[in-house]
Amino acid sequence: MSVTQQAVAIGRGFAGTRPARRVFFGGVHGTDYVWSIAFAIPYAIIFFAFVVYPIGYGLWMGSDTALYGELFSDPRYLTAVVNTLLYVGIGVNVKMFFAFLLSGFFIRKRWWSKALLVVFILPWATPALPAYMSIHWFLNGQWGMLNNVLYSLFGIDGPVYLNDHWTGLFCNIAAYIWKTLPFWTVILLAGRMSVPQELYEAAAVDGANGLSKFAHITLPMMANLYLVCTLLDMVFALGDFNATFFVSGGGPAMSTEVLATLGIRYAFTIALPRLGVAAVMSALPLLIPLVILLMRKLRMSEGQL
Amino acid sequence: MSATLTAGRPMRKSRYRGRRLLTRTAAALLGVVLTIWTIIPVYNMLLIALSEEGDEFTGTVWPSDPSFESFRVIWTEGYWYLENFWHQFGNSCIIGLATMVLTVLVGSLASFAMGRMRLRKARLIGDLSLLTYAVPASFLVIPFTRLMHIYGLVDNLWSVIAAEVTFATPYAILIFHQYGKLIPLELDDAARVDGATPFQVYWRIYLPLMAPALAVVATFALLLAWNEYLYQYLLLSSRRSMTVAVAIDQFFDSDEAPWNYMMAVALVYSLPPIAVYYALRRYMVAGLTMGGVK
Repeated sequence: MSVTQQAVAIGRGFAGTRPARRVFFGGVHGTDYVWSIAFAIPYAIIFFAFVVYPIGYGLWMGSDTALYGELFSDPRYLTAVVNTLLYVGIGVNVKMFFAFLLSGFFIRKRWWSKALLVVFILPWATPALPAYMSIHWFLNGQWGMLNNVLYSLFGIDGPVYLNDHWTGLFCNIAAYIWKTLPFWTVILLAGRMSVPQELYEAAAVDGANGLSKFAHITLPMMANLYLVCTLLDMVFALGDFNATFFVSGGGPAMSTEVLATLGIRYAFTIALPRLGVAAVMSALPLLIPLVILLMRKLRMSEGQL
Repeated sequence: MSATLTAGRPMRKSRYRGRRLLTRTAAALLGVVLTIWTIIPVYNMLLIALSEEGDEFTGTVWPSDPSFESFRVIWTEGYWYLENFWHQFGNSCIIGLATMVLTVLVGSLASFAMGRMRLRKARLIGDLSLLTYAVPASFLVIPFTRLMHIYGLVDNLWSVIAAEVTFATPYAILIFHQYGKLIPLELDDAARVDGATPFQVYWRIYLPLMAPALAVVATFALLLAWNEYLYQYLLLSSRRSMTVAVAIDQFFDSDEAPWNYMMAVALVYSLPPIAVYYALRRYMVAGLTMGGVK
């Protein structure tokens, strides 16, 4: 699910909430109190019915320790764990590195880099499902456009990319990078634009060259944002279902599954919902530290991000 | 001494010019590579959609003889997989619009209670709501689907709307809260002195002044609901209740379905969000940075 757009705004959180003022009626009480509760109640209901209850229900479903024994004896599960680690580790870090470089490219004020940015955000605007399906056909070993082009240009017979564990996994990762690179580039671009120009001007007066400006201004000013974006995207990549499900389909023989797709496969294809919940819950040891680290980073960077 | 100086100057100039040429070439090259990388999957979709049934994969990279047959078939629902296409398109629209309205309504009410009514406990709601994003949607879907069985909402559009509103509202509250700080509280106080009820303040003062933020959130909610796939796939199963996204996946799973129809449907499905993104490009970036990067 593309909650990507939403969650980046988490940035500043609700930390900046004004302290309750006591101008009117000496604070909130009486009918005002009732009104404010009434205003907050619709969301409270949604939150408890569709977030808290499912989480609690899921924890209960996956609470049987025997499930984990069953899980660890399944070789497909162990493959999925390795795949997930590679998917998150490579997919996020390679993309963030390129997004950082590209944000430096797009900050140039040339007309054609602006025009290129307009084209470049196309993957962000395209829904995930059709884009990944198209990539699936593009990579098809027999009829796909990629192998057609390779053959007509160089006379090479390209491999059947999605029929092998490793090339399949890397195709999934590449597709995920394709889809999410523009979004993070735009975020990092906004971060670069918010670095005060005076810093660069002052450095120029002091005789700094391009490289030392980059090392002593851009890097330190961007480090925190970069880290927060990396952590956030790790949470997203951990839960990403679409790229694996549509590009390689988890195949061949379920060798490119990640935890998100494996959990759903267990729960709905094999009809073992408890095992499915156990599979995704086994990602919690990775997910919880990520979220805690993210929260701490965000709190520290309040207002500065 | 002076001879070396005068000789050095043009050389430095030409070296400078050479370096500039080099950076320009590198930038142009990067531009070409980026464009190809970006365009290819979408172009591939278009290429397959424009070919005749049966020769989608003749190895051409350019549609020498484009055929709009597949789009005609979609328009007339002329293939058995596409029988309910426009009905399903309508379902996608219903889910998108309902998500949009409910997200804006619920989110603005909650942020009004938090930011304007000075309800201290409401801040807790805001912080808690962000926890929604700590649990990946694909992890939550298994218990969520079981609960929908319990609530008796399976194969009902409302179950999907509930899921989309759940995932869109925390963002809405955050954006409304940040934007609401720009509106002076004295306006509310003045209205209250004149005898307005909190609801009138919300309806007559808060909402009109929040219009830009409402538009940003409405767009995001609409796109989220339109683009989301997993919950629609797992919660909607009958042909009359499914959305375009689920219908495309059915195509994808079947072996006999013509690929040009499938890619044409995928293209028709992609066009509305792409159009919205490009039309509102500035606001999309502003919406992202409103809460986060500042």
